[in-house]
Amino acid sequence: MTNHPMTNHPLSLWLTLLAIGLGTFAYRFAFIFFLNEIRLPGWLARPLRFVPVAALTAIIVPELFVRNNVIALSWQNERLLAGILAMLVAWWTRNVLLTIGLGMVALYGLQWLM
Amino acid sequence: MGMEARVEDRAEAAPHTQWLPSSRSSEFWAGVMGVAPLLLGVIPFGLIYGVLAVGIGLAVPLAQGMSAVVFAGSAQFIAAQLLGDGAPLLVIVATALVLNLRHLLYSASLAPYLQTLNRGWKALLAYLTTDEAYAVAISHYLDGRHAPIWKHWYFLGAGLALWVVWQLSTAVGVFLGAQIPAAWSLDFALPLTFIAIVIPALKDRATAGTALVAGVTVLLALQLPLKLGLMTAILVAIAVGALLDKQRPTRPAGTRH
Repeated sequence: MTNHPMTNHPLSLWLTLLAIGLGTFAYRFAFIFFLNEIRLPGWLARPLRFVPVAALTAIIVPELFVRNNVIALSWQNERLLAGILAMLVAWWTRNVLLTIGLGMVALYGLQWLM
Repeated sequence: MGMEARVEDRAEAAPHTQWLPSSRSSEFWAGVMGVAPLLLGVIPFGLIYGVLAVGIGLAVPLAQGMSAVVFAGSAQFIAAQLLGDGAPLLVIVATALVLNLRHLLYSASLAPYLQTLNRGWKALLAYLTTDEAYAVAISHYLDGRHAPIWKHWYFLGAGLALWVVWQLSTAVGVFLGAQIPAAWSLDFALPLTFIAIVIPALKDRATAGTALVAGVTVLLALQLPLKLGLMTAILVAIAVGALLDKQRPTRPAGTRH
Protein backbone atom coordinates (compact mmCIF):
# COMPACT_ATOMS: atom_id res chain seq x y z
CA MET A 1 0.00 0.00 0.00
CA THR A 2 2.87 2.39 -0.74
CA ASN A 3 0.52 4.61 -2.72
CA HIS A 4 -2.19 4.93 -0.14
CA PRO A 5 -3.38 8.55 0.07
CA MET A 6 -2.16 8.70 3.66
CA THR A 7 1.41 7.95 2.54
CA ASN A 8 1.41 10.00 -0.66
CA HIS A 9 2.75 13.52 -0.57
CA PRO A 10 -0.20 15.96 -0.73
CA LEU A 11 1.51 17.79 -3.60
CA SER A 12 1.56 14.68 -5.79
CA LEU A 13 -2.12 14.10 -4.97
CA TRP A 14 -2.96 17.68 -5.98
CA LEU A 15 -1.01 17.21 -9.22
CA THR A 16 -2.97 14.02 -9.89
CA LEU A 17 -6.27 15.84 -9.45
CA LEU A 18 -5.03 18.73 -11.57
CA ALA A 19 -4.03 16.36 -14.38
CA ILE A 20 -7.48 14.72 -14.37
CA GLY A 21 -9.18 18.13 -14.20
CA LEU A 22 -7.15 19.68 -17.00
CA GLY A 23 -7.54 16.60 -19.20
CA THR A 24 -11.29 16.59 -18.65
CA PHE A 25 -11.52 20.32 -19.38
CA ALA A 26 -9.52 19.74 -22.58
CA TYR A 27 -12.13 17.18 -23.71
CA ARG A 28 -14.95 19.52 -22.80
CA PHE A 29 -13.65 22.54 -24.63
CA ALA A 30 -11.90 20.81 -27.56
CA PHE A 31 -14.76 21.07 -30.04
CA ILE A 32 -16.39 24.14 -28.54
CA PHE A 33 -13.16 26.10 -29.17
CA PHE A 34 -11.80 24.48 -32.28
CA LEU A 35 -14.91 23.32 -34.14
CA ASN A 36 -13.60 24.55 -37.47
CA GLU A 37 -10.07 23.20 -37.04
CA ILE A 38 -10.81 19.66 -35.89
CA ARG A 39 -13.27 16.96 -36.77
CA LEU A 40 -13.91 13.86 -34.71
CA PRO A 41 -13.29 10.96 -37.11
CA GLY A 42 -16.10 8.41 -37.29
CA TRP A 43 -13.94 5.51 -36.16
CA LEU A 44 -13.39 7.42 -32.90
CA ALA A 45 -16.84 8.98 -32.47
CA ARG A 46 -18.89 5.79 -32.81
CA PRO A 47 -17.09 3.73 -30.12
CA LEU A 48 -17.30 6.68 -27.70
CA ARG A 49 -20.99 6.09 -27.18
CA PHE A 50 -20.08 2.83 -25.44
CA VAL A 51 -17.83 4.52 -22.86
CA PRO A 52 -20.49 5.12 -20.17
CA VAL A 53 -21.95 1.60 -20.31
CA ALA A 54 -18.48 -0.02 -20.38
CA ALA A 55 -17.07 2.10 -17.55
CA LEU A 56 -20.07 2.01 -15.23
CA THR A 57 -20.52 -1.76 -15.66
CA ALA A 58 -16.82 -2.30 -14.93
CA ILE A 59 -17.34 -0.44 -11.64
CA ILE A 60 -20.64 -2.14 -10.72
CA VAL A 61 -19.58 -5.77 -11.24
CA PRO A 62 -16.69 -5.96 -8.72
CA GLU A 63 -18.87 -4.17 -6.15
CA LEU A 64 -21.41 -7.00 -6.42
CA PHE A 65 -19.27 -10.07 -7.19
CA VAL A 66 -16.03 -9.46 -5.29
CA ARG A 67 -15.62 -9.75 -1.52
CA ASN A 68 -12.13 -9.40 0.00
CA ASN A 69 -10.51 -9.52 -3.43
CA VAL A 70 -12.09 -12.92 -4.27
CA ILE A 71 -15.07 -13.61 -6.55
CA ALA A 72 -18.00 -14.52 -4.27
CA LEU A 73 -20.69 -16.29 -6.32
CA SER A 74 -22.98 -17.46 -3.56
CA TRP A 75 -26.38 -16.98 -1.94
CA GLN A 76 -24.51 -15.68 1.10
CA ASN A 77 -23.38 -12.65 -0.91
CA GLU A 78 -26.11 -10.16 0.01
CA ARG A 79 -24.66 -7.39 -2.20
CA LEU A 80 -24.98 -9.61 -5.28
CA LEU A 81 -28.61 -10.48 -4.46
CA ALA A 82 -29.56 -6.87 -3.67
CA GLY A 83 -27.77 -5.75 -6.86
CA ILE A 84 -29.72 -8.23 -9.00
CA LEU A 85 -32.96 -7.00 -7.45
CA ALA A 86 -31.94 -3.40 -8.19
CA MET A 87 -31.29 -4.35 -11.83
CA LEU A 88 -34.82 -5.74 -12.11
CA VAL A 89 -36.24 -2.58 -10.50
CA ALA A 90 -34.20 -0.40 -12.89
CA TRP A 91 -35.40 -2.47 -15.85
CA TRP A 92 -39.07 -2.24 -14.94
CA THR A 93 -39.33 1.26 -13.50
CA ARG A 94 -36.38 3.16 -15.10
CA ASN A 95 -36.50 5.22 -11.89
CA VAL A 96 -33.15 6.16 -10.32
CA LEU A 97 -34.39 6.93 -6.80
CA LEU A 98 -36.59 3.82 -6.63
CA THR A 99 -33.65 1.68 -7.79
CA ILE A 100 -31.33 3.08 -5.09
CA GLY A 101 -34.04 2.98 -2.41
CA LEU A 102 -35.21 -0.59 -3.00
CA GLY A 103 -31.61 -1.75 -3.48
CA MET A 104 -30.61 -0.36 -0.07
CA VAL A 105 -33.75 -1.81 1.57
CA ALA A 106 -32.94 -5.20 0.02
CA LEU A 107 -29.35 -5.02 1.31
CA TYR A 108 -30.47 -4.11 4.84
CA GLY A 109 -33.12 -6.87 4.77
CA LEU A 110 -30.63 -9.51 3.61
CA GLN A 111 -27.99 -8.36 6.13
CA TRP A 112 -30.60 -8.68 8.87
CA LEU A 113 -31.64 -12.17 7.69
CA MET A 114 -28.12 -13.58 7.33
CA MET B 1 -43.29 23.52 -41.84
CA GLY B 2 -40.39 21.34 -42.91
CA MET B 3 -37.92 24.18 -42.33
CA GLU B 4 -38.54 24.48 -38.62
CA ALA B 5 -36.00 21.88 -37.62
CA ARG B 6 -33.28 23.70 -39.54
CA VAL B 7 -34.08 27.24 -38.53
CA GLU B 8 -33.97 26.67 -34.80
CA ASP B 9 -30.26 26.00 -34.55
CA ARG B 10 -29.08 29.17 -36.21
CA ALA B 11 -28.64 32.08 -33.82
CA GLU B 12 -28.74 34.61 -36.65
CA ALA B 13 -32.03 33.30 -37.99
CA ALA B 14 -34.82 35.86 -38.32
CA PRO B 15 -37.21 36.00 -35.35
CA HIS B 16 -39.82 33.32 -35.72
CA THR B 17 -43.41 34.36 -35.08
CA GLN B 18 -44.10 31.18 -33.12
CA TRP B 19 -41.18 31.44 -30.70
CA LEU B 20 -42.17 31.72 -27.08
CA PRO B 21 -41.06 34.95 -25.38
CA SER B 22 -37.69 34.60 -23.65
CA SER B 23 -35.01 36.67 -21.95
CA ARG B 24 -31.68 36.11 -20.21
CA SER B 25 -33.28 35.56 -16.82
CA SER B 26 -36.24 33.51 -18.06
CA GLU B 27 -33.83 31.19 -19.87
CA PHE B 28 -31.48 31.01 -16.87
CA TRP B 29 -34.27 29.99 -14.47
CA ALA B 30 -35.79 27.63 -17.03
CA GLY B 31 -32.38 25.92 -17.09
CA VAL B 32 -32.35 25.66 -13.30
CA MET B 33 -35.86 24.16 -13.35
CA GLY B 34 -34.98 21.90 -16.29
CA VAL B 35 -32.19 20.25 -14.34
CA ALA B 36 -34.05 20.19 -10.99
CA PRO B 37 -35.39 16.61 -11.30
CA LEU B 38 -31.83 15.40 -12.00
CA LEU B 39 -30.54 17.17 -8.88
CA LEU B 40 -32.45 14.61 -6.78
CA GLY B 41 -30.11 11.98 -8.17
CA VAL B 42 -27.02 14.20 -7.88
CA ILE B 43 -27.40 14.96 -4.16
CA PRO B 44 -27.03 11.38 -2.84
CA PHE B 45 -24.25 10.85 -5.39
CA GLY B 46 -22.33 13.87 -4.06
CA LEU B 47 -22.93 12.84 -0.44
CA ILE B 48 -21.64 9.34 -1.12
CA TYR B 49 -18.59 10.66 -2.96
CA GLY B 50 -17.72 12.89 0.02
CA VAL B 51 -18.16 10.04 2.49
CA LEU B 52 -16.10 7.67 0.31
CA ALA B 53 -13.31 10.18 -0.34
CA VAL B 54 -12.61 10.93 3.33
CA GLY B 55 -13.28 7.27 4.17
CA ILE B 56 -10.25 6.15 2.11
CA GLY B 57 -8.08 8.67 3.94
CA LEU B 58 -8.11 11.62 1.52
CA ALA B 59 -7.55 14.93 3.31
CA VAL B 60 -10.59 17.22 3.40
CA PRO B 61 -9.16 19.93 1.06
CA LEU B 62 -8.26 17.26 -1.51
CA ALA B 63 -11.63 15.52 -1.26
CA GLN B 64 -13.51 18.79 -1.75
CA GLY B 65 -10.93 20.21 -4.18
CA MET B 66 -11.49 17.27 -6.53
CA SER B 67 -15.16 18.32 -6.87
CA ALA B 68 -14.09 21.78 -8.03
CA VAL B 69 -11.09 20.76 -10.18
CA VAL B 70 -12.50 17.65 -11.84
CA PHE B 71 -16.29 18.22 -11.52
CA ALA B 72 -17.24 14.83 -12.96
CA GLY B 73 -18.91 12.43 -10.53
CA SER B 74 -17.97 9.04 -11.92
CA ALA B 75 -14.31 10.05 -12.55
CA GLN B 76 -14.09 11.35 -8.98
CA PHE B 77 -15.43 8.05 -7.64
CA ILE B 78 -12.95 6.07 -9.71
CA ALA B 79 -10.04 8.28 -8.66
CA ALA B 80 -10.99 8.05 -4.97
CA GLN B 81 -11.51 4.29 -5.17
CA LEU B 82 -8.20 3.68 -6.97
CA LEU B 83 -6.38 5.95 -4.50
CA GLY B 84 -7.83 3.84 -1.69
CA ASP B 85 -6.65 0.68 -3.45
CA GLY B 86 -3.12 2.07 -3.65
CA ALA B 87 -2.99 2.31 -7.45
CA PRO B 88 -0.09 4.30 -8.99
CA LEU B 89 -1.02 7.93 -9.61
CA LEU B 90 -0.40 7.68 -13.37
CA VAL B 91 -2.81 4.74 -13.62
CA ILE B 92 -5.41 6.79 -11.76
CA VAL B 93 -5.02 9.71 -14.19
CA ALA B 94 -5.17 7.39 -17.22
CA THR B 95 -8.25 5.52 -15.97
CA ALA B 96 -10.14 8.72 -15.13
CA LEU B 97 -9.29 10.20 -18.53
CA VAL B 98 -10.50 7.07 -20.34
CA LEU B 99 -13.73 7.26 -18.36
CA ASN B 100 -14.15 10.94 -19.24
CA LEU B 101 -13.58 10.42 -22.98
CA ARG B 102 -17.33 10.75 -23.42
CA HIS B 103 -16.96 14.49 -22.82
CA LEU B 104 -15.37 14.73 -26.27
CA LEU B 105 -18.72 13.60 -27.65
CA TYR B 106 -20.63 16.20 -25.63
CA SER B 107 -18.22 18.89 -26.80
CA ALA B 108 -18.62 17.88 -30.44
CA SER B 109 -22.39 17.76 -30.09
CA LEU B 110 -22.76 21.15 -28.36
CA ALA B 111 -20.12 23.05 -30.35
CA PRO B 112 -22.29 24.13 -33.31
CA TYR B 113 -24.68 25.96 -30.96
CA LEU B 114 -21.97 27.84 -29.06
CA GLN B 115 -20.00 29.30 -31.97
CA THR B 116 -21.38 32.83 -31.64
CA LEU B 117 -20.31 33.11 -27.97
CA ASN B 118 -17.10 34.78 -26.79
CA ARG B 119 -14.17 32.84 -25.29
CA GLY B 120 -15.22 33.49 -21.70
CA TRP B 121 -18.66 31.99 -22.27
CA LYS B 122 -17.20 29.06 -24.19
CA ALA B 123 -14.72 28.28 -21.39
CA LEU B 124 -17.38 28.64 -18.69
CA LEU B 125 -19.91 26.41 -20.45
CA ALA B 126 -17.18 23.87 -21.30
CA TYR B 127 -16.23 23.68 -17.62
CA LEU B 128 -19.90 23.20 -16.66
CA THR B 129 -20.49 20.37 -19.16
CA THR B 130 -21.41 17.23 -17.23
CA ASP B 131 -23.58 14.25 -18.19
CA GLU B 132 -26.65 15.92 -16.70
CA ALA B 133 -25.97 19.45 -18.00
CA TYR B 134 -25.32 18.05 -21.47
CA ALA B 135 -28.57 16.10 -21.43
CA VAL B 136 -30.78 19.09 -20.59
CA ALA B 137 -28.81 21.66 -22.62
CA ILE B 138 -28.83 19.66 -25.85
CA SER B 139 -32.55 18.92 -25.60
CA HIS B 140 -33.17 22.66 -25.10
CA TYR B 141 -31.01 23.54 -28.11
CA LEU B 142 -33.01 21.03 -30.17
CA ASP B 143 -36.34 22.44 -28.91
CA GLY B 144 -37.63 24.69 -31.67
CA ARG B 145 -40.18 26.55 -29.56
CA HIS B 146 -37.68 29.01 -28.07
CA ALA B 147 -35.56 31.68 -29.78
CA PRO B 148 -31.95 30.45 -29.95
CA ILE B 149 -30.50 33.81 -28.94
CA TRP B 150 -30.59 33.33 -25.13
CA LYS B 151 -30.21 29.56 -25.02
CA HIS B 152 -26.69 29.77 -23.54
CA TRP B 153 -28.33 31.28 -20.43
CA TYR B 154 -30.42 28.11 -20.12
CA PHE B 155 -27.21 26.04 -20.34
CA LEU B 156 -25.63 28.33 -17.72
CA GLY B 157 -28.62 27.98 -15.38
CA ALA B 158 -28.59 24.18 -15.64
CA GLY B 159 -24.79 23.95 -15.34
CA LEU B 160 -24.53 26.35 -12.42
CA ALA B 161 -27.37 24.67 -10.51
CA LEU B 162 -25.58 21.34 -10.91
CA TRP B 163 -22.25 22.88 -9.89
CA VAL B 164 -23.62 24.46 -6.71
CA VAL B 165 -25.54 21.33 -5.70
CA TRP B 166 -22.53 19.11 -6.43
CA GLN B 167 -20.15 21.25 -4.36
CA LEU B 168 -22.61 21.49 -1.47
CA SER B 169 -23.54 17.81 -1.43
CA THR B 170 -19.89 16.68 -1.57
CA ALA B 171 -19.08 19.17 1.22
CA VAL B 172 -21.83 17.69 3.38
CA GLY B 173 -20.58 14.19 2.51
CA VAL B 174 -16.99 15.15 3.41
CA PHE B 175 -18.25 16.66 6.68
CA LEU B 176 -20.36 13.63 7.56
CA GLY B 177 -17.76 11.20 6.27
CA ALA B 178 -16.12 10.43 9.56
CA GLN B 179 -19.43 10.22 11.39
CA ILE B 180 -21.35 7.74 9.23
CA PRO B 181 -20.67 4.22 10.50
CA ALA B 182 -19.49 1.68 7.92
CA ALA B 183 -22.32 -0.60 9.08
CA TRP B 184 -24.76 1.62 7.20
CA SER B 185 -23.26 0.24 3.96
CA LEU B 186 -23.83 3.62 2.29
CA ASP B 187 -21.05 2.81 -0.19
CA PHE B 188 -23.53 0.37 -1.79
CA ALA B 189 -25.49 3.35 -3.10
CA LEU B 190 -22.67 3.85 -5.64
CA PRO B 191 -23.20 0.59 -7.62
CA LEU B 192 -26.96 1.08 -7.21
CA THR B 193 -26.77 4.54 -8.79
CA PHE B 194 -24.72 3.16 -11.66
CA ILE B 195 -27.17 0.25 -12.11
CA ALA B 196 -29.99 2.80 -12.41
CA ILE B 197 -28.03 4.58 -15.17
CA VAL B 198 -26.71 1.55 -17.07
CA ILE B 199 -29.78 -0.73 -17.22
CA PRO B 200 -32.00 1.73 -19.15
CA ALA B 201 -29.07 2.39 -21.50
CA LEU B 202 -28.98 -1.27 -22.65
CA LYS B 203 -31.07 -0.66 -25.72
CA ASP B 204 -29.59 -2.97 -28.33
CA ARG B 205 -27.25 -5.90 -28.93
CA ALA B 206 -24.16 -3.67 -29.05
CA THR B 207 -24.75 -1.94 -25.69
CA ALA B 208 -25.79 -5.22 -24.00
CA GLY B 209 -22.66 -6.88 -25.39
CA THR B 210 -20.53 -4.00 -24.15
CA ALA B 211 -21.91 -4.36 -20.61
CA LEU B 212 -21.47 -8.15 -20.61
CA VAL B 213 -17.87 -7.95 -21.81
CA ALA B 214 -17.03 -5.15 -19.36
CA GLY B 215 -18.38 -7.22 -16.45
CA VAL B 216 -16.64 -10.46 -17.42
CA THR B 217 -13.33 -8.75 -18.28
CA VAL B 218 -13.14 -6.78 -15.05
CA LEU B 219 -13.55 -10.03 -13.07
CA LEU B 220 -10.94 -11.85 -15.19
CA ALA B 221 -8.56 -8.90 -14.83
CA LEU B 222 -9.01 -8.67 -11.07
CA GLN B 223 -5.44 -9.68 -10.30
CA LEU B 224 -3.84 -7.49 -12.96
CA PRO B 225 -0.95 -5.44 -11.50
CA LEU B 226 -1.17 -1.69 -10.82
CA LYS B 227 -5.01 -1.86 -10.66
CA LEU B 228 -5.05 -1.76 -14.46
CA GLY B 229 -8.02 -4.17 -14.57
CA LEU B 230 -10.63 -1.41 -14.66
CA MET B 231 -9.07 0.45 -17.59
CA THR B 232 -8.46 -2.84 -19.43
CA ALA B 233 -12.10 -3.85 -19.01
CA ILE B 234 -13.36 -0.45 -20.23
CA LEU B 235 -11.16 -0.51 -23.35
CA VAL B 236 -11.94 -4.15 -24.25
CA ALA B 237 -15.67 -3.57 -23.79
CA ILE B 238 -15.66 -0.42 -25.95
CA ALA B 239 -13.84 -2.33 -28.70
CA VAL B 240 -16.40 -5.18 -28.57
CA GLY B 241 -19.27 -2.68 -28.59
CA ALA B 242 -17.83 -1.00 -31.67
CA LEU B 243 -17.42 -4.39 -33.42
CA LEU B 244 -21.02 -5.42 -32.63
CA ASP B 245 -22.15 -2.02 -33.86
CA LYS B 246 -20.39 -2.57 -37.18
CA GLN B 247 -22.22 -5.86 -37.73
CA ARG B 248 -25.56 -4.06 -37.79
CA PRO B 249 -27.27 -4.24 -41.15
CA THR B 250 -26.16 -1.04 -42.86
CA ARG B 251 -28.78 1.39 -44.02
CA PRO B 252 -29.27 1.85 -47.75
CA ALA B 253 -26.90 4.36 -49.32
CA GLY B 254 -28.08 7.95 -49.25
CA THR B 255 -29.91 7.86 -45.92
CA ARG B 256 -26.85 8.57 -43.80
CA HIS B 257 -26.84 12.34 -44.00
